[in-house]
Amino acid sequence: MIDIANTKIDFLKSRIITFIFSSILVVLSFGAFFVSGLNFGIDFKGGTLIEIETENEIEIAGLRDNLNSLSLGDVQVQEFGSKNNLLIRVEQQSGGDQIQQNVVEIVKTSLNSYLSSEVNFRRTEVVGPKVSGELIQSGAIAILAAVFAMLIYIWFRFEWQFSLGAVVALIHDVILTIGVFSITQLEFNLPIIAAILTIVGYSMNDTVVVYDRVRENLRKHRSKNIIDLLNLSINETLSRTIVTSVTTLLALLSLFIFGGEVIKGFTFAMIWGVVVGTYSSIFVAAPLLNYLDVKREWNTTSAVDSTR
Amino acid sequence: MIYFSNIKISSILLVIFIALMFAIPNFFSKDQLNSFPNFIPKQQVNLGLDLQGGSHLLLEVDTVEIIKERLENLNSDVRRVLKKNNIQYSNFKNTDDNLKFVVEEFPTEIQKEISELSISNSQNILQMGDQTNLVISREENEVSISFTDEFVKLAVSNAVTQSLEIVRRRIDELGTREPSIQRQGSSRIIIQLPGIDDPDRIKALLGQTAKLTFQLVDTSTSYDPLNPKKAPVGSEILPSDADDSFKYIVKKRVMVGGENLVDAQPGFDPQTNEPIVSFRFDRLGASKFGRVTQQNVGKPFAIILDDTVISAPVIREAILGGSGQISGGFDSDEANDLAILLRAGALPAPLIILEERSVGPDLGADSIEAGQYAAIIGFVAVILFMMFVYRYFGFLADIALIINLFMVLGILSLFQATLTLPGIAGIILTIGMAVDANVLIFERVKEEIRSGSKMINAVENGYKRALSTILDANITTLIAAVILFFMASGPVRGFSITLAIGIFTSVFTAFTFTRLLISIYAKRLKPSLVGMKIND
Repeated sequence: MIDIANTKIDFLKSRIITFIFSSILVVLSFGAFFVSGLNFGIDFKGGTLIEIETENEIEIAGLRDNLNSLSLGDVQVQEFGSKNNLLIRVEQQSGGDQIQQNVVEIVKTSLNSYLSSEVNFRRTEVVGPKVSGELIQSGAIAILAAVFAMLIYIWFRFEWQFSLGAVVALIHDVILTIGVFSITQLEFNLPIIAAILTIVGYSMNDTVVVYDRVRENLRKHRSKNIIDLLNLSINETLSRTIVTSVTTLLALLSLFIFGGEVIKGFTFAMIWGVVVGTYSSIFVAAPLLNYLDVKREWNTTSAVDSTR
Repeated sequence: MIYFSNIKISSILLVIFIALMFAIPNFFSKDQLNSFPNFIPKQQVNLGLDLQGGSHLLLEVDTVEIIKERLENLNSDVRRVLKKNNIQYSNFKNTDDNLKFVVEEFPTEIQKEISELSISNSQNILQMGDQTNLVISREENEVSISFTDEFVKLAVSNAVTQSLEIVRRRIDELGTREPSIQRQGSSRIIIQLPGIDDPDRIKALLGQTAKLTFQLVDTSTSYDPLNPKKAPVGSEILPSDADDSFKYIVKKRVMVGGENLVDAQPGFDPQTNEPIVSFRFDRLGASKFGRVTQQNVGKPFAIILDDTVISAPVIREAILGGSGQISGGFDSDEANDLAILLRAGALPAPLIILEERSVGPDLGADSIEAGQYAAIIGFVAVILFMMFVYRYFGFLADIALIINLFMVLGILSLFQATLTLPGIAGIILTIGMAVDANVLIFERVKEEIRSGSKMINAVENGYKRALSTILDANITTLIAAVILFFMASGPVRGFSITLAIGIFTSVFTAFTFTRLLISIYAKRLKPSLVGMKIND
């Protein structure tokens, strides 16, 4: 039986340390982003991706040399889930959208003659320069729009101090997610943008629950020290935070382990986001309220409503 | 006290029942479904191309080409006007978006005559009233003529509409299963082809504009490969389809065009047994064709497809019946495709493939299997965890979770929304997040019990206090889902759909179904049953 009740953990005691910790992570993320950048998939970089399956195991090095001799530029070959499954990526060809179409045919012909066994082409994706440029732009706009929408919503439902605190936590989460993709060099593609947007939603969800309690306690305990009040609010919502994070992580872990190779990157981003989002709600969003001078005099009608 | 009227109870159960009815077909095969009585819905979830296998193509109409071609037509008309009025001009040239030439003098009457040209020029395609479509400007001695922005916009829009229709006809001719062809934005076309994982033939068919023209061969000169010369004015040099080294010099004037064709069929020449395409003209085409062949007996007549001469047979006699045949060394598959292209008509401009995503049926099936597996395991893990933490309440939340999943599936089937691989991920994520509403409520209930409330009051107050938090928390996720829906396309969009549906169903079940169950048992519940230590 788990019963996380009446905890009295002093979360804000170490706020300077956690702020420094978060800042270091943010700086690291920026550093990794500017040094090694993101490993963009063909969605954003353009190019061709072919997933194949063969009956026998394939010797990757030989195949890689063979494909790299086709003068199609850089061709990457990697195992995808099993030894019989390979992912082939061909970089974008110069010369506009129409040219990209030839790549598939050249690679397919070459594979069929190089590999003795039957080749099953499981997936073919060709993204031209025009579309990849647009996708990266709309992805960036979507994330900014989501953060902005959250800012407005929280402002509307709470006060600007809450809105600012929540958005700082949100940007923290987004930067850390981009950072982990820069460091690990995992492929950054369209589903990762979807994951980041969901992280924005989830992290906000977590923050809102804590903030809701902070607001309620501000009405209830008018003379309480703000630090004690924030600690109380985090502790009161702690068991919910843990239970929901655990159920979400259980579902995501199952997806990560059993859901197949195609959405592994997406699931990884989500798992990371849930951990970071939960952390930031407790250690970034809530402590920030201490510095943002939140309003103590909430109107009495709603205060009566929530104090019995 | 929480009180549910009978009407309320029945409507909650009815909504759940309807959702279940729509979810059920997904657990049976199509054949099994057909044997069911008619009152059971038969619609299954619409699988995206990434799950059922198929091809997605994004095409763009080459809009630059449309304007370029219009300008080329204008070119000869403008020259004619200048010549007729004895205006000396030089440096006459076409660019992508205008015509330019240098003149000593350019009287306003001539300018007016040229601007009227555009009206007659456009009448058959565009109705723009008496307004001119041309912008004529003069800088010192250089005159430049371009189309107005409205005209360009209209010409592009018409070309895209026309292309859409022709693309549809070409794909229909191939007998593809349930293709979806849609316009996107101002100049793009999205084609979805379920069940086709190697769209080579379709790409080849769409890659040709299939502009067929009949033009006379310029016999005043002949092509010499060793000494290539510029073509005489009014003629052009075109490659030959059959012989790479040979080129034809043909007169630019189009005598008859493919737009006058009413039918084209593949066949075989009875004498040579060579594959051919026989065609038939409409009335106008037949009379033009008749006149040209009558006046040019003994001269070669070039049949040109997309700026390549297929053949240039010599006219032996006037062909007045309005039908003929094309032979040119192609095999029967090529003859078949050519007939399809001619029947469907020419594209007004070339199509450029911007994006292609094809998934084979194996990968789709594997993805579905992996998704189901992950969903079941994630589901069992969450159910056990909830029962471990909240005991009896956890059990109720689990029942709600099951109903929740059925509702998501039912709503997807009812609205025929498309389920994609990221969509399955969205459902699995929903399994994890859907319990949140119940968790928030249960935690509140526990707090109420701790502060001394009776079970019944604790439940009632718990619900009341959790409401605003639940709404705020879910609206934030919903905002993210909505933004994703509008920004994304294809599989990722499917994720935003299941995520959004999951948010609605989880809030709905928490406030109706679980609440109903709890209200029934609230009197009998003891704190230990909701996962609290007795001595709390």
